Amino acid sequence: MDSSQLLGVTTFTYLFSTILYAIIFIFKAKRLGSVATVFTLIAFLVQTVGLLLRWQESYTLGYGHAPLTNMYESVVFFAWTIIFLYLLIEWKFKTHVIGTFAVPFAFLAMAYASFATGISKEISPLVPALQSNWLLAHVVTCFIGYAAFAVAAGLGIMYLTKNMSSSRKTTNDESLLGTLPPLKTIDDITHKTMVFGFLWLSVGIITGAIWANSAWGTYWSWDPKETWSLITWFVYAITLHARYTRGWGGVRIAWLAIFGFVSVVFTYYGVNFLLAGLHSYGSN
Amino acid sequence: MKKKNPVFSFFASVKLALFTLFLLAITSIIGTVIPQKENFDFYVRLYSEKTAQIFEVLSIPDMYNSWWFLGLLGLLSLNLIVCSFDRFPGVWRQIKADNLATPTTRLGKMRLSEKWTTKQSPEEAASTLSSKMGDSGWLTSQRKREEGTLLFAQKGAITRTGVYIVHASILTIFAGAIIGEIYGFKGSVMLPETQATSTVFAFDSGKAIDLGFTVQCNRFDIEFYDSGMPKAYKSQLTVFENDKKILDKEIVVNDPLEYKGITLYQSSYKGYQDFLLTITDKKSSVAQTVTLPFQQRTTLSNHNNASIGVINAEAMGQSITRLKIWFKDDKGPASTFWVKAGSEVTVQRPDKEFIIGGKQMYATGLQVAKDPGVWVVYIGCGMMILGLFVAFFMSHRRIWVFIRKDNEDTEIRVSGSANKNKMGFEKQFASLALTLKNN
Repeated sequence: MDSSQLLGVTTFTYLFSTILYAIIFIFKAKRLGSVATVFTLIAFLVQTVGLLLRWQESYTLGYGHAPLTNMYESVVFFAWTIIFLYLLIEWKFKTHVIGTFAVPFAFLAMAYASFATGISKEISPLVPALQSNWLLAHVVTCFIGYAAFAVAAGLGIMYLTKNMSSSRKTTNDESLLGTLPPLKTIDDITHKTMVFGFLWLSVGIITGAIWANSAWGTYWSWDPKETWSLITWFVYAITLHARYTRGWGGVRIAWLAIFGFVSVVFTYYGVNFLLAGLHSYGSN
Repeated sequence: MKKKNPVFSFFASVKLALFTLFLLAITSIIGTVIPQKENFDFYVRLYSEKTAQIFEVLSIPDMYNSWWFLGLLGLLSLNLIVCSFDRFPGVWRQIKADNLATPTTRLGKMRLSEKWTTKQSPEEAASTLSSKMGDSGWLTSQRKREEGTLLFAQKGAITRTGVYIVHASILTIFAGAIIGEIYGFKGSVMLPETQATSTVFAFDSGKAIDLGFTVQCNRFDIEFYDSGMPKAYKSQLTVFENDKKILDKEIVVNDPLEYKGITLYQSSYKGYQDFLLTITDKKSSVAQTVTLPFQQRTTLSNHNNASIGVINAEAMGQSITRLKIWFKDDKGPASTFWVKAGSEVTVQRPDKEFIIGGKQMYATGLQVAKDPGVWVVYIGCGMMILGLFVAFFMSHRRIWVFIRKDNEDTEIRVSGSANKNKMGFEKQFASLALTLKNN
């Protein structure tokens, strides 16, 4: 068994998890809830072993670095973090149906990593700029933030889906959306997830700044990646202020969660391919 | 309460904060799409003469340092300052509030409130409850009120300052950036091997900056992985001050040299056509380093006027990988031999033994920065993380226990409130109330 096989398996198990959660949602098969959870947990463990194995393989190759250094590795880690956070939320809030809206993000990420052309799965050595202890701290903190925002966006979609039908006044416990948690609960979890993501994004930006200073002597140089991470930070700062001080909630926050995630995706992905800058390592 | 000045209110408002953050987010995009810090002709070529002129007027080519962008950051700072002045005193009053003076009529109206009766006398009840609260980690204070006895305990009052720590952190970071801008500099220098310099050139103006010491590049090396990808860029530097050697350090990309608040970073390099050769007499350890062009002979003053030259070389791309050296001292015929770039060989001569190393000559590109504000920025960053954590995950929780005589019995009312994480506190409150109720 090598890491690429395990990570390949992970892609399909996340697809299967997605299907299970969709079944729970569509057929109101609540009894399948724990089956889906256990299955997702197993998939998560397989991926964890895959990641650790890849880490070890890089030592065998003589490079010896954490699997966080190119687009493939970062997308795989992104999926891992999403599932990790989702499982935490499921455990904390005791509801399975959120999986329908969160797990697909992990599956899509894995599918992209596995099948997109132009993404190298090779374990390659580190260019001099990346040879730093800050690599691990910076990438891990950023991705916890990104994953939290992905889950928040999923929750936002869930909120809007439920809200759309309740405004048509057709919702009762019998309907499809009856299985979703009450709007107030979704709103609350969305907010908490964004708060969590915001803290980690802040730490991610700060560790990046410290690293930049130790490598180039400038903690902030307005390179596109830095600037977009700051734009994302502004978007969530606006969202949190609007909620705390102006009492925004519900539909507006749901939209902001989705909009914020668009900014995250651009920071993470768009910048690497559409704009030039210091962070070009991620684009191959 | 006196009526607030409308200008003050405007600058204290969250609306202004939201508006400023929104403008900052939107305008920041410009500089990620339009290349920054290029010259006028670049924009003429990329867009048009007219557009380039408009850019010039709006400082788009250097927008993050433009008057209007810095103005927006200034507005945000002003907003943060005024808003904090506006709100902080109120928050401080809440932290310092005398909660034992809370009107007892309010206690029953709190969302979390439970009431029961006991046969104990009010005095007994007060002391039991107080010790039970203490056992659960809630240290109470108490006061005799007209209507009965009030116990009060709180946790995390100071956490109300969390959001102000975050606001202060942003101002601290800005202050650090300003200190760096005024008292620091960013520059660079291209320093050929064996050469020394005490001046570098500012990034923005190109002006020469005196370091106050001299730095010499003894050697520069590039290492490659088997795939041909660069593995390491290394410069061996020596710092001299008043012609005295101060320190030696090999710098690599993530490990700079720091001296007297000035930091030298490995940032680039340049290859020359020339070669750098080091000749050491094995016995006497006398060494000499020379630079010389391809296929030219040079004499070595340290080695009895022996002479040396590079007669052949092999390259991979721009980098020389192997060179063939010609060497002759005062005895016997010349020796010729291959040396792997960057390594050394021992050469046996009739009388002596020499260690000879050779490589392509490089110049190391150093980035040079002095930023006395960086520690202020880091303190700001630390404050931000602390403040965010406190603001998001810690709350001010308060519990009142009111004990009063009710005919033959004693009535006990427990009330609680938390400013955040109300759901979590509800559970905590319920379990505490249960503990207090059980005898």
